[in-house]
Amino acid sequence: MSGANDPYDPKQVAALSAEALDAAVAAAREAFAGAADLEALAAVRPAHLGDRAPVPLARRELGALPPAARADAGKRVNAARVAVTEAFEARKAELEAERDARVLAEERVDVTLPWDRTPRGARHPLTTLTERIADAFVGMGYEVADGPELEAEWLNFDALNIGRDHPARTMMDTFFVAPEDSGLVLRTHTSPVQARTLLSRTPPVYVVAPGRVYRTDELDATHTPVFHQVEGLAVDRGLTMAHLRGTLDHLARALFGPEAVTRWRPSYFPFTEPSAEFDVWFAEHRDGPRWVEWGGCGMVNPRVLVACGVDPEEFSGFAFGVGIERALQFRSGVGDMRDIVEGDVRFTRAFGVEL
Amino acid sequence: MRVPVGWLAEYVDVPAGTTVEDLDAAFVRLGLEVEEVHRPAEVTGPLVVGRVLEIEELTGFKKPIRYCRVDVGEAEPRGIVCGARNFVVGDTVVVALPGAVLPGGFEIAARTTYDHVSDGMICSVRELGIGEDHAGILVLGDGVEPGAEARPVVGLDDVVIELAVTPDRGYCLSMRGIAREMGTGLAAGWRDPGAAEVPAWSGEPAWEVTVADADRCDRFSMVALEGLDPTAPSPWWMRRRLAQSGVRSISLAVDVTNYVMLELGQPMHAFDRDAVTGPIVVRRAREGERLTTLDGTVRTLDADDLLITDDTGPIGLAAVMGGASTEIGDGTTAVLLEAAHWEPTGVARTARRHRLPSEAAKRFERGVDPEMTVVALARAAELLARYGGARVVGAPVDVDTRRPRPSIPLDADRPGRVSGVPYPAAQVVELLGAVGCAVEGEGGVLTVTPPSWRPDLTDPADLVEEVVRLAGYDDVPSVLPTAPPGRGLTETQRRRRAIGRALAEAGYVEAPSYPFVGTPALDALGLPEDDERRRVVVVRNPLSEEEPALRTTLVPGLLASLARNLARGQRDVALFEHGAVFLGGVGTPAPLPGVDGRPDDDVLAALLGAVPAQPWHVAVALTGQREPRGWWGPGRAAGWADAVQAARVVAAAAGVQLFVRPGEAAPWHPGRCAELVVDDRVVGYAGELHPRVCAALDLPARTSVMELDADALPAAAVPVGPRISTFPPVFLDLAFVVPDEITASHVESLVRGGAGELFEAVRLFDVYSGPPVPAGSRSLAYSLVLRAPDRTLTATDVAQVREGILAVVELQGITLRSGD
Repeated sequence: MSGANDPYDPKQVAALSAEALDAAVAAAREAFAGAADLEALAAVRPAHLGDRAPVPLARRELGALPPAARADAGKRVNAARVAVTEAFEARKAELEAERDARVLAEERVDVTLPWDRTPRGARHPLTTLTERIADAFVGMGYEVADGPELEAEWLNFDALNIGRDHPARTMMDTFFVAPEDSGLVLRTHTSPVQARTLLSRTPPVYVVAPGRVYRTDELDATHTPVFHQVEGLAVDRGLTMAHLRGTLDHLARALFGPEAVTRWRPSYFPFTEPSAEFDVWFAEHRDGPRWVEWGGCGMVNPRVLVACGVDPEEFSGFAFGVGIERALQFRSGVGDMRDIVEGDVRFTRAFGVEL
Repeated sequence: MRVPVGWLAEYVDVPAGTTVEDLDAAFVRLGLEVEEVHRPAEVTGPLVVGRVLEIEELTGFKKPIRYCRVDVGEAEPRGIVCGARNFVVGDTVVVALPGAVLPGGFEIAARTTYDHVSDGMICSVRELGIGEDHAGILVLGDGVEPGAEARPVVGLDDVVIELAVTPDRGYCLSMRGIAREMGTGLAAGWRDPGAAEVPAWSGEPAWEVTVADADRCDRFSMVALEGLDPTAPSPWWMRRRLAQSGVRSISLAVDVTNYVMLELGQPMHAFDRDAVTGPIVVRRAREGERLTTLDGTVRTLDADDLLITDDTGPIGLAAVMGGASTEIGDGTTAVLLEAAHWEPTGVARTARRHRLPSEAAKRFERGVDPEMTVVALARAAELLARYGGARVVGAPVDVDTRRPRPSIPLDADRPGRVSGVPYPAAQVVELLGAVGCAVEGEGGVLTVTPPSWRPDLTDPADLVEEVVRLAGYDDVPSVLPTAPPGRGLTETQRRRRAIGRALAEAGYVEAPSYPFVGTPALDALGLPEDDERRRVVVVRNPLSEEEPALRTTLVPGLLASLARNLARGQRDVALFEHGAVFLGGVGTPAPLPGVDGRPDDDVLAALLGAVPAQPWHVAVALTGQREPRGWWGPGRAAGWADAVQAARVVAAAAGVQLFVRPGEAAPWHPGRCAELVVDDRVVGYAGELHPRVCAALDLPARTSVMELDADALPAAAVPVGPRISTFPPVFLDLAFVVPDEITASHVESLVRGGAGELFEAVRLFDVYSGPPVPAGSRSLAYSLVLRAPDRTLTATDVAQVREGILAVVELQGITLRSGD
């Protein structure tokens, strides 16, 4: 090793010769390539990149050169250093990739194994379908109104123009509540919410009222004594049957697809006049597209408006009711009513949580 | 109402080529719902009219048998064996010849029976599939020739359309009303069978009649007939139409009254004149009076019942059913026919009171045309004369106190304003005319007088409906109205949805059940006698006598659903239900105000106040494995802790803070029952069922249940966003020795309080009892997270927190576990 101030010719410093540097690079490349794994590579690294390896040593000699010679030799040393480092890094990356591939392969699992550690719950399709219908109306600006299932007889019948001795009253198959003069019934329809709404709000009124209703039918494949309806009521200035049809068509499309429309058949409900029953065109029916009976509707009978203190000369309204069980039956192809009411988890789970 | 198409065609010029489907569609358009189309059974092969020429009685067999020679229009009569005896030589009958196939695949062939060759079969009504009568063969009567095709004669080509008639349209419970509707609906010509001329009878009135209650009977008509042949049969065509209409044939006199009712819609009654004693009086019943009705039942009458009486007392329950004492019998030759017009609601009350929903009552309740009484009497008299040899004697009685029908003013624009279809005034006038209304005016305000058969038309709205219905609902366009902006769901509605979703996400399946319970179900829960859940609302007419009451708790229904699932082979079941319960029983009766205007505020308050409270409850029930075993290891049995956790899930979804403490309530295990408290109010309970309850209901041991009153939860506060510190936390674990009587939730609240401002979170991570922890105590180990908002904590800070906690818990006799 020469002293810093010794004047000597760089070309005479063997370590800085091109040949020596090339040889060092070649030796390093060979050594790295020969390392079989990362450990072996780490083991050979000091001999070629360590402080005492040929190229770093050569770099240290540079300081001894006269400035004129230093630039040229410096370039050569630097190129050699880069070459050795790149060779090392390349081999290291190669070996790491090999190792990763091996280890990850060893860590392979069967991703199809079940992990159902928490059981699956579900909401009842009557609930979710009711919410879906309510939401379609909330989207139109309606509000959702509630009423009790155990209801005043006056609200269930009288206020809806179903007089005490009217045949329609007998035809309602009502559950009456003891004692005989209680004046209470299990509501036979969600329509008393119409009366409650008109008694408690001032028009314009746009509400839907979903809920549970009761009729004295025995449970069988097509009947249930306890079932669900959604009632709709709009009372405003200038409402016509055309608005009723527009509303029902909109509901039909929201539930049964863009092709859905409604068809009306004249009918009779004491609390609406004119009255209609309506069918919906259901293109997705599993037995092929068809009309399906769905609900009843009509223009609010002026007598109902009067009984609730609304001026029928100023306001008009429409009302409708649809059966949720019925909608669920044809929308989801449910053949037997008992499956809907018996609470079998296999039935309900099939519908999931649905938001 | 069953409409035989052949009968309908007698009045309506049904256009050629009209199919049953066309008729069906027309009925539906008119608002007459088609319930069913009855097509006659199919009979193939030769079916002809035969005339009986000879009858040879065969003896020596187990039953009497006849061998007949029957003219079937062929060169030679045929020999036919027949077991029936209800015919004589000269009768016309229906013969199925060999090759015919009767309903049920019954093939007719020539065969030897009772030692004779039977070359065909003489048919009964049932064998032809046109009725139930099998007492004898069908005897046709005159007017048919042997050899004629028998199908049209017996109605085997006639379809019957069964309609559901809504209660406002009583007039459609007659062929007369149906004919009017279909004439309009098919735009075809039609004849009104009620427009017949009444003969000019003269003489003394048929009977002395007084109507003492003109409000309930504004027209009462009678005609007397004599010389009726009591053995005369009803003609086959009448019996066939009655059968098609679902009415049993009884005798000529009864059949005629029924037939005229079906034809004209006027119910009638036939009294045996010889059994009527003295003048007839129509009056209300007196308290305690009795009447034996035609069905043989002795009925105690109510002062509200309207009667037809004679000197002997009641002889008929007006409009509903006749009395037995004046019933037409086998020997009746003199008849008093009655046709009246009764006030509908009174008829409805009597029919309901005596549970007699007769065909007559059904029509009177829905409204009968008062014009028809005498027309119907004339028609019946004509039929009884023709088929029974009877003749009218004297002049008819007709007590008529009707008041003129008020007219209804109708703005000609109104139907258009209601429907959204601008009908020209002329169309409105025309359609009201088709309904039968007399209309004055051509525009502006019309003066409309409805026809006598439409008592349902009283308001302008009723007339609007008729116009829109006849113009067609299909004309109404579809226009979506614009509702004013709404406020979306209420907080309560949002909360109910959130609770349902949260429980479903937590693994519970929603199982809504019927809200009916009985005492045994409440007993099974072990409810004390004075438990408020025993104060039930009782249904007067329950579907099941075992479950006559409304639920006061969701638990019985939920456990029944649980049991049903277990019975169907499920083992691990977790269910939830939310819905109304009916508490407190029935209080003061709900008033029944009038409907002429809004009830005044006091009445309305009383009305709404009489409706019992119906709070919204939520409940879960679970059994089996809450977490299943799997390749990860063993499962975990469902238990009390899951039930309590379900309450926490509900509280979190509702946005309220739930406090849990030990409780005691039926039907829970006294040592495994949590009282659920929100804002110092008990809102429910959760835990394991009492072992006796599990045993009583045959449920697996350790079945666990939670129920709480969701309506009792206070409104959720608007959440406040916490300040998030970015300085590092310090984790501190502390294990305490806690006397058994101090609950974990209490220890936790002590820890929170003692930790002071640096507290961020705490979690119980271990519970241990057994040595070296002394008996009567257990070890609870907590992991705390401490953090400052503005700096990194030091060892001094942590030591201070620790001291603070210890100072608080030690006051309760809680110590730090040694070694910590």
